[in-house]
Amino acid sequence: MMAAFIESLLIVFVRLLAGAQARWQGCGQTSEQRIYVANHSSHLDVVLLFSALPVALRHRTRPIAAAEYWTAGPVRRYLIHSIFRGVLIKRKSSQLNPLEPAAAALRQGDSLILFPEGTRGPGGVLQPLKPGIFHLATWFPDVDIVPVWIDNSYRILPKGFAIPVPLLCSITFGTPFRRQDGQSQEQFLADVRSALEALQPC
Amino acid sequence: MNMETRTREVYWILGSLLAAVSVASVVGFLLRRAKPDNGAVANLNARIRAWWIIILVGGGALLAGRLPIILLFAFVSFLALREFVTQAPVRRADHSALFLCFFVALPVQYVLIAIGWYGLFSIWIPVYGFLGLAVVAAVFTDTQRFLDRTAATQWGLIVCVYCVSHIPALMTLTIPGYESRTPLLMVFLVLITQLSDIFQYIWGKLLGRHPLAPAISPSKTVEGLIGGLLSATLFGALLWQITPFTMWQAAAMALLIATLGFLGGLVMSAIKRDRGIKDWSQLIEGHGGMLDRIDSLCFSAPVFFHLTRYFFSQT
Repeated sequence: MMAAFIESLLIVFVRLLAGAQARWQGCGQTSEQRIYVANHSSHLDVVLLFSALPVALRHRTRPIAAAEYWTAGPVRRYLIHSIFRGVLIKRKSSQLNPLEPAAAALRQGDSLILFPEGTRGPGGVLQPLKPGIFHLATWFPDVDIVPVWIDNSYRILPKGFAIPVPLLCSITFGTPFRRQDGQSQEQFLADVRSALEALQPC
Repeated sequence: MNMETRTREVYWILGSLLAAVSVASVVGFLLRRAKPDNGAVANLNARIRAWWIIILVGGGALLAGRLPIILLFAFVSFLALREFVTQAPVRRADHSALFLCFFVALPVQYVLIAIGWYGLFSIWIPVYGFLGLAVVAAVFTDTQRFLDRTAATQWGLIVCVYCVSHIPALMTLTIPGYESRTPLLMVFLVLITQLSDIFQYIWGKLLGRHPLAPAISPSKTVEGLIGGLLSATLFGALLWQITPFTMWQAAAMALLIATLGFLGGLVMSAIKRDRGIKDWSQLIEGHGGMLDRIDSLCFSAPVFFHLTRYFFSQT
């Protein structure tokens, strides 16, 4: 109840700030299991992507988030657990497979949001991609990967500033794809990168 | 005139507008049945749907009173400025300047209208905003394209906030024998500007032969412009009873409003051309963004305000 209220509040806030126009260019708003891979340049990106998903999809879609960042402090912990229902990954993990929580979520039938750059970039250009998405695509060859380009969000809240400024953002969903049989990690990551860059408005 | 007369006039105007848009909806429905796959018809219907929203929201605010009207235009300024800065060549160093535009300059401008402080209202953005934004930009010591960036934020603030705020500011005028009816000046201004736009479009579609400014706005034609200006002038004369003007004065004001509206649309189109966009955003289906809808008002509002103030108002 409380969580639902805060979730709608966040979405209203981000719409007021960013317009947050969703463009379903390459696929529809269907409920099949997906991994959304998106560029990452702002703290607002998760909320922006959430706001673009219809409620039914949103509640089955969980963002992969860095445990170190999101478990520091009660507000972040509340947000990531109760509002975003995030999948926490320890970046510097002693565990054998740090991606195990993400794999578990996929086995449960949830969809995932993954920022393959691993961290926030300066915006406008894509940083080198981390191999996590390659492993998930290999273990779950039947799950569609949907490229998503979040445009302009880095201008709303640049690194080093505390207060956001209103600017229009768009969230573009591209054509789903999967890992081809025998595709190497480099080839696959290059595919992900070009799928993302193809969505970038010029 | 007492309060009741004003409300009756507002109901009368809103009733006529709703009747007009109802007729338009019926025509749009029949056209869609005749030509289900026609893009122009679909666009017309989207525009008519948007008009319903504009009339209901604007009419609601008008009936609700002074403060809701001021808040409505503050929100319009916010949406317009958001579109403008999205297209502006601003950089990371402009973040603080943009913050000041949205969260200081804009609210203060509308508070000044609400408290009726004309002296500060008229200089707040042109003097303090102009100088302040330049100073803030310089403090952040990013000198790359300094003039371009500063000019862009200053332009945005003037067009989207300062110019637009002259619409609700019409309510602060004191005109003998017209005291409680000043909101009707707003209705006159908005109605004439929008009718002029619509009639330019219609006449242009019907008779348009000679393009007016093909490099800026290919759809504008000489025939559309003349037809639009004459139609708007005629409507202005017909509406003289809701204004403090005589019939001839109302016609002259309408001609002026329509002319400035046209020029405003032309200037804003030139900016869009420069930025390589067709519409400011996709806020209102069929209309583009907020700025696409109000670009003509940005230019007609301040001039109409000052002429009315100079010739008719006591404050």
